Amino acid sequence: MIKADKLSKSYEKNGKQITVIDSFSLRIPAGDFLTIVGPSGSGKSTLLLMLGGMLTPSRGRIEIENDSLYDLTIEQRAQLRQKKIGFVFQTFHLVPYLTALQNVQLPLMLTGHSAEEQRIKAEHLLERVGLKDRMGHHPSELSVGQQQRVALARMLANDPAIILADEPTGNLDPETAGEVIDFLFELNQENRTIVLVTHDHKIANKAKRTVSLSSGG
Amino acid sequence: MKWSSLVLHELTQRKKRLFASLCVIVLAVAVVVAIYNISIYSEKAVSRELDALGANILILPMETTVSDYYKADLHVQELPEEYVTLLTTSNLEGLDNLSPKFSIPTKIGDQDVTLTGILPKNEFQGKASWQGAGIFSRPKVCGSVNDIFGLNEKAPKETLVRKRVIETLEKDEVLVGADVARKLHLQTDQEIAMLDKAFKVVAVLPQTGTVDDSRVFAHLHTVQDMAGKGAVVNAIEVIGCCEQVMKGLVAKLNHLLPEAQVVTIAQVIDTQIKANQLMKHLSLLFLVIMTLVAGAGIANDMYYNVNERKKEIGILIALGATPQSVLKLFIYKALFLGLIGGVLGFVMGSLIAAIAGPFIAGIPVLPIPFLLVGVLLITPLAAAAASYFPARYASKVDPSVSLQEI
Repeated sequence: MIKADKLSKSYEKNGKQITVIDSFSLRIPAGDFLTIVGPSGSGKSTLLLMLGGMLTPSRGRIEIENDSLYDLTIEQRAQLRQKKIGFVFQTFHLVPYLTALQNVQLPLMLTGHSAEEQRIKAEHLLERVGLKDRMGHHPSELSVGQQQRVALARMLANDPAIILADEPTGNLDPETAGEVIDFLFELNQENRTIVLVTHDHKIANKAKRTVSLSSGG
Repeated sequence: MKWSSLVLHELTQRKKRLFASLCVIVLAVAVVVAIYNISIYSEKAVSRELDALGANILILPMETTVSDYYKADLHVQELPEEYVTLLTTSNLEGLDNLSPKFSIPTKIGDQDVTLTGILPKNEFQGKASWQGAGIFSRPKVCGSVNDIFGLNEKAPKETLVRKRVIETLEKDEVLVGADVARKLHLQTDQEIAMLDKAFKVVAVLPQTGTVDDSRVFAHLHTVQDMAGKGAVVNAIEVIGCCEQVMKGLVAKLNHLLPEAQVVTIAQVIDTQIKANQLMKHLSLLFLVIMTLVAGAGIANDMYYNVNERKKEIGILIALGATPQSVLKLFIYKALFLGLIGGVLGFVMGSLIAAIAGPFIAGIPVLPIPFLLVGVLLITPLAAAAASYFPARYASKVDPSVSLQEI
């Protein structure tokens, strides 16, 4: 269960106070598939960052399974991200100098798995996303669809209960985009909570719930 | 995969960056090693020259003056040779060389000469009771020149008396001063007789402009036998480490040998102290300047690296990396670069020193392996220290900014 209570986020730019999210509350039960839609600048990505423990809200509180996220230390929050949260990005954000296999090993290294455990699990995950024969390739040697699949495998490495996805299909062709969305639904079937930011109303309509943010919070 | 392998992957996959980063460290280390290497050899060469000035401490009988000593030791009073044993078995630090002397007037043909007995180095080493605690087993510091590899190998026997150390001298061998040799037309391997005893000239000494030019040097024990006075000496010349002289070596010698007088030759000591201090200060100055320059270069390079990897740092944080682990990533990188750069810099610096040394200092300069140990210890630590602030900056990267699309 994710609980957001009266979340606000303001920035100061050129001496002006800009409020991106204003007193926003949300309950996301375990196993939910929630899409967040809204125009550019409505605070979708900001909300996702706050839910992932990477951006401290100006006001309000976020709880993940009864842990008040921003009452934890930075180290505790990092550990919580390692174990419970998986991110998927629009531009994949793979580490360019690592192979597909090594990219998937990265989160496993952070959680202290042995080199052998890392290799076995990463190989299994890349097989699951259909990249068994691309394990030794660097991101620059893969198509954008393959790169997103590596990113999905990396996101699954530590078996997260919560998946935060920011327009994961934004850079993909319709066919690959469909495959990625299907994969996210498959993960939701495994009782993982999915929070998906998207501009695509067709995708939003398939989700269990949709939250719509308006510009200016 | 480990943090260290992540660092290695980054370095090996970005060869141009690796080359640029290494260049900063290699050049800095090379310059420091080259300067340090040359200055160590220069320092030793200066010490060698200072050593040639002769003893800086004299141990004389109570009634003898320094002026008597300069009149070729021909004074009445003597010291027991046992004092040499006392000195060599003492725990006094800073006694670099000892040279006991005993002189008697004699003639070669019609020519008056001074026959001076000296003790060759092998006599010191041969005495079992002097082993271990002897002066030649002590660490050599200032004023010591015996370990200049490449400089001493071809040191001619003719120069050894001036340096107060001669390796071997048989009981029937003599070294002849330049004036004596000229007046008597003596040459190497020639046989001469003094006090009815036959000697072979093993070397003619070069002109020194001192009383040594009119002396003939023989083995101390031979001269003692010829004089029939037993195991005595007129003076013990000491080359003392100037640092230890400053720290009260003379007082310690006085305490050890209360029946003798210990005097310093102020001019020699002053010159040695000033020259040694100048060399040390120059070496230190270069070391500090180059460490600061290299540190600034490494820090600048690391800041650049952090800035170009902000997105990657954001990914790591999103995956659950702590600020500490991000800091560790860059410190590991600095340690690795410091290690590799240090080794390459040592090799390059040693080559520069070996090639440029003879032109700059006028002496052969060889690599000093011990410097590699210092480089391997200091360079990674200095690189890590210089990278600390860039690494801390990396650990504070805001992932919400570096991963903008989230």
